[in-house]
Amino acid sequence: MVDEPPAIELRGLARYFGERTALRDVSVRVPAGATLAVLGRNGAGKSTLLRILAALLRPHAGDVLVFGEPLPRRAFAVRGKLGLLAHEPLLYRELTGRENLEYHARLHRVGRERVEQVLQAVNMERRADEPVRLLSRGMVQRLAVCRSVLHEPQLLLLDEPRANLDPAASDLVEPLIGRASGCTRVLTSHDPRAALAEADLVLTLKDGRVVYLGEPGALSDSELEGLYA
Amino acid sequence: MRTALIVLRKDLRLELRTFETVPAMVLFSLVTFVIFHFGFNRATIDGQLAAGVLTATLLFAAMLGINRLFVAEREQGGFDAFLLAPVDRSAMLVAKAAGLFTFLALLEVIAIPAFGLFLLGPSLGPALPGLILVLALADLALAVIGTLVSAIAVQTRARDLIGPVIGLPLLIPALIATARAMGPLLRSAHASSAPPGKWLAILALYDLVFALLAYAVFDFLLED
Repeated sequence: MVDEPPAIELRGLARYFGERTALRDVSVRVPAGATLAVLGRNGAGKSTLLRILAALLRPHAGDVLVFGEPLPRRAFAVRGKLGLLAHEPLLYRELTGRENLEYHARLHRVGRERVEQVLQAVNMERRADEPVRLLSRGMVQRLAVCRSVLHEPQLLLLDEPRANLDPAASDLVEPLIGRASGCTRVLTSHDPRAALAEADLVLTLKDGRVVYLGEPGALSDSELEGLYA
Repeated sequence: MRTALIVLRKDLRLELRTFETVPAMVLFSLVTFVIFHFGFNRATIDGQLAAGVLTATLLFAAMLGINRLFVAEREQGGFDAFLLAPVDRSAMLVAKAAGLFTFLALLEVIAIPAFGLFLLGPSLGPALPGLILVLALADLALAVIGTLVSAIAVQTRARDLIGPVIGLPLLIPALIATARAMGPLLRSAHASSAPPGKWLAILALYDLVFALLAYAVFDFLLED
């Protein structure tokens, strides 16, 4: 019997921005269907890691394999399987929410009915014909969630996914980006305890280096607090 | 081609929604014609002088469009969203070049009659078929080089400077050919109804070479 490759495998990953080290010697395996929480202070390298996994940034050293495909060389093979919810919503401000989602749906060869389905899921169908620039941050974040899951990705890269969402809106997006979505997930959060609650694996970063990699239950409160001290 | 049409449709919709680029290009051209009118202190111009004025005006108006071509992609995450989709990256080049070509054509629909009204001595009528041919080839050159340069410039902090600094030298051969091809069409006496074949051929060759070059390098410009 052949073992299924992990959804994500990083070996000795490094990335620099000029003289600054954003990530150094990061190695991790994430099984399919699992959730990896990436924690660390601002500038620890969390967003850089997500952008490398999304094939938007090149690693400067090490191997990155997503669904067994090496990135960025085989990025084309995994693009349709990835969904990225980034800090920026990746929506055009002058277009309406529906126009934005229809544009992304066409790029991903997804039908219009899926657009309506995700809009209904986040309760945005009545505001979907207003330009994005007129919507509140929470509404824009709900549309960004719709965009990231429109093509039903197998791997969700979630950078602060619940930023700007009130508890009700957070509950609305849960079936799309939460554990119930069934996707492999990599998530960062400004609320480490909330992230730990939904993680199978935790990776903590400090100045681009791995401080802790393991199960969330084994991470002590003092280690967690030390990370943000 | 399908992806290019999707991106082009989105770009045209954005322009229709904002009216940022084409009106600015048109206004710039009209003001420039008025400035030339008073600057020359002549009621009309013709021949090679008229061709030079028209070429320079359209070029600088095009630079406005070139500078704005990728701004929405850069500032609103359009690049990232496009790169996350399983599509051919060259589609972005085709879409942006087609969009810029459309903007230039719209500009010329207004600017050429205005040029005839404000500055040009001879009637535009007989020169129009030849002029359309020359402008179509010139617009193609501006669209291809403009897209290439804009994709480079938008990644830099000094994007408003990079566009003209790289784009203008690259466009010199095309601009010379455009002005020389238009000159005989805009003469008062013995005006030709057909542009000189030699300059048309140079323009067409320039378009072909740079379109192939742009296609070959564009993928790398979208890399981080």
